[in-house]
Amino acid sequence: MFIHDTILNRLRRGCETMAYPQGAPPPLPERHGGALRVETARCADGCAECVASCPNGAIERPSGGSVALDLGRCIFCAACIGACPEGAITRTGDHRMAVRGRGDLVLGGPGREELRLAAALDDKLRGLFGRSLRLRQVSAGGCNACEADTNVLGTIGWDLGRFGIQFVASPRHADGLLITGPVSRNMELALKKTYDAVPDPKIVVAVGACAIGGGPFVGLPEVNNGAGALVPVDLFIPGCPPHPLTILDGLLRLLGRLDEVGKGPGGARGGL
Amino acid sequence: MNDATPFALMTNGAALPWGDVPEWPVGEFLRATGAELDRGGRLSSLFGVPEGDALRLVAVVAFDAWNTLAVGRSEPFRGSYPALAATHAEAHLFEREVWEQHGVDPRGHPWLKPVRKDHGAGPAVGDFFRVDGREVHEVAVGPVHAGIIEPGHFRFQCAGEEVMHLEIALGYQHRGIEEAMVGGPHRATFHQMETVAGDTTIGHATAYASALEALSGTEAPLRTQWLRSIALELERLANHTGDLGALAGDVAFLPTASACGKIRGDFLNLTAVICGNRFGRGVAHPGGCALDVGTERAGRLLAGLDAALAEVERAAAWLWDSASARARFERTGHLHAKQAAEIGVVGPAARACGLVRDVRFDHPAGWYRIAQVPVSVWPDGDVFARARVRWLEIQRSGEFLREQLGAAPEGEMRVALPASAPDSLAVAMVEGWRGEVCHVALTDGGGRLRRYKITDPSFHNWTGLALALRGQAISDFPLCNKSFNLSYCGFDL
Repeated sequence: MFIHDTILNRLRRGCETMAYPQGAPPPLPERHGGALRVETARCADGCAECVASCPNGAIERPSGGSVALDLGRCIFCAACIGACPEGAITRTGDHRMAVRGRGDLVLGGPGREELRLAAALDDKLRGLFGRSLRLRQVSAGGCNACEADTNVLGTIGWDLGRFGIQFVASPRHADGLLITGPVSRNMELALKKTYDAVPDPKIVVAVGACAIGGGPFVGLPEVNNGAGALVPVDLFIPGCPPHPLTILDGLLRLLGRLDEVGKGPGGARGGL
Repeated sequence: MNDATPFALMTNGAALPWGDVPEWPVGEFLRATGAELDRGGRLSSLFGVPEGDALRLVAVVAFDAWNTLAVGRSEPFRGSYPALAATHAEAHLFEREVWEQHGVDPRGHPWLKPVRKDHGAGPAVGDFFRVDGREVHEVAVGPVHAGIIEPGHFRFQCAGEEVMHLEIALGYQHRGIEEAMVGGPHRATFHQMETVAGDTTIGHATAYASALEALSGTEAPLRTQWLRSIALELERLANHTGDLGALAGDVAFLPTASACGKIRGDFLNLTAVICGNRFGRGVAHPGGCALDVGTERAGRLLAGLDAALAEVERAAAWLWDSASARARFERTGHLHAKQAAEIGVVGPAARACGLVRDVRFDHPAGWYRIAQVPVSVWPDGDVFARARVRWLEIQRSGEFLREQLGAAPEGEMRVALPASAPDSLAVAMVEGWRGEVCHVALTDGGGRLRRYKITDPSFHNWTGLALALRGQAISDFPLCNKSFNLSYCGFDL
């Protein structure tokens, strides 16, 4: 009876994988807010309220210059949104945040109000990895939140495997690394060795504020301020931690897999 | 409890003047600490406080049965002191930590070696205990090991398949959090507290908030205390559910593994209903937060909770009904209650040995003074017991949330915190999903943080995992490891 029950239970649950990207993406939590938008045209002369409000030093305003918000360092605490008297910093509600260049994460100035989203890999790498990408994950001082929300992509709701993306145990089986954490000094050697063990050509994805710019630990003597200090990074996915949807969007964007998706019928099914 | 204790008595979430903590010459202090442990105390924290070029030791001893904490300290000393670990094993890792952080030598320590740094350089790998013999071989795993998991190094001494000894070397995740607290709180401090262990965001942030509130002599608004308990139980539900699924996955029982992976996400999404973040960022801010949960939002939480609990009940039932899965759990990774008590194991791992210890019950603070959660224990000390305790706690946390979501107290969410009192010591403990999170804060003459000691439950429990592996097949390591599911970054700080 037990096997019979198990099969019956399994059939009853049905398919719980979300329709995205063929269907609409699952909605972000209402209080999440998504990516930020910065309209420096609205800034009052000499105002630096947002700079002082940021716990992470992600916002700068050089004297005489305009506000620059580094979404790579941002932990999305929204303190700056509350602090700005002009409403110049707003939430877009957009889950898409992955970029290819570190500088692309800096918002502010004309034409730089919002992120310039990541372009796909060049044709050669896309030909190699586009339908089959194996990643080795390296946590290097990560707090297990980015790790957990990367891991969740392997569950039935997200089913990362359907895109040909898989996390593997050995760097020698991998096409690249997905790095979380600010890279603690004690993980430097292990990260370098793991990177070296991945055969060429290879890619590196930095997930979360820590891996991009040190996160809440920026400037501490026991950490590097992100993975970029040790290895070349091909994709930056901001957040603290990034929502799984943001991570998935980044990986699919890098592989050019979102171009091929038309706006199909149906929305997200089930929970995440 | 015998009133004759020489230590200063306090309760969880309280502060007292530094000068009121009794002091002794270091040898006498350690004898007194040992005496406290001998009459039923449990070592929650033991750490050093630099005093010029000398050092004081401070001990926080928990008397669970009497709902009381006892604090004592040594006079400043230099050089060395007689190790407490020589007679009380639960001090062994604390004394190694003090040695590493401050360079004082615990004389007669049975196993003195680094905790997070190898002789001041890289992580604490080296000087492993080794077993010799023709049939004996050594297996080294990590720091980068299979799956999406934090780094740690595991060194097994095996005879064939059987593990004779396991040593766990950590430190790879060390970010220098305690050191960064000195002179604080700084602007990033709250966010560093939320990421001591990101899967325990609410646990650590609540402990930090409680410590600061105690130092400033201000109680957080009751409505905020209520919200913290809601978020803490959701954190427990998400992690326990994920663990049940992962345990099922480690014995290749996929129905429960697949379902729990998804249901864990449902619980994380409930936390995101509160604050937008699946890990509860911003909820447990000192003095309270602006994220109110009104009747409508509480109703949404309740509906989502009922649905997720019904699902996890089904998924767990498949596991308990499967004789083959149960058989893999039973008598695997056994930890004796006596050993667990000796080394000071906490949380579900302790309760799975039949030890009744739960901060929510023993040292209630915040909303747990008003609403209680029964302690869930199971006697056997094996993987099955640790899975079973998680299941019992999923049910108890679910009941707690069902009752409390409709019972929010009226009032403000936030209060401004005045400056911290100068020269004061505060102790705040929270029963995180892994067990006792203990924060001890000490201010200087100006009310800034002079020393901040964090003890994650993993600090107590990694030794428990090492002991549970003795006599096991090495192939059962993943299963045993998952049954403890300890934090690397929470240990490494």
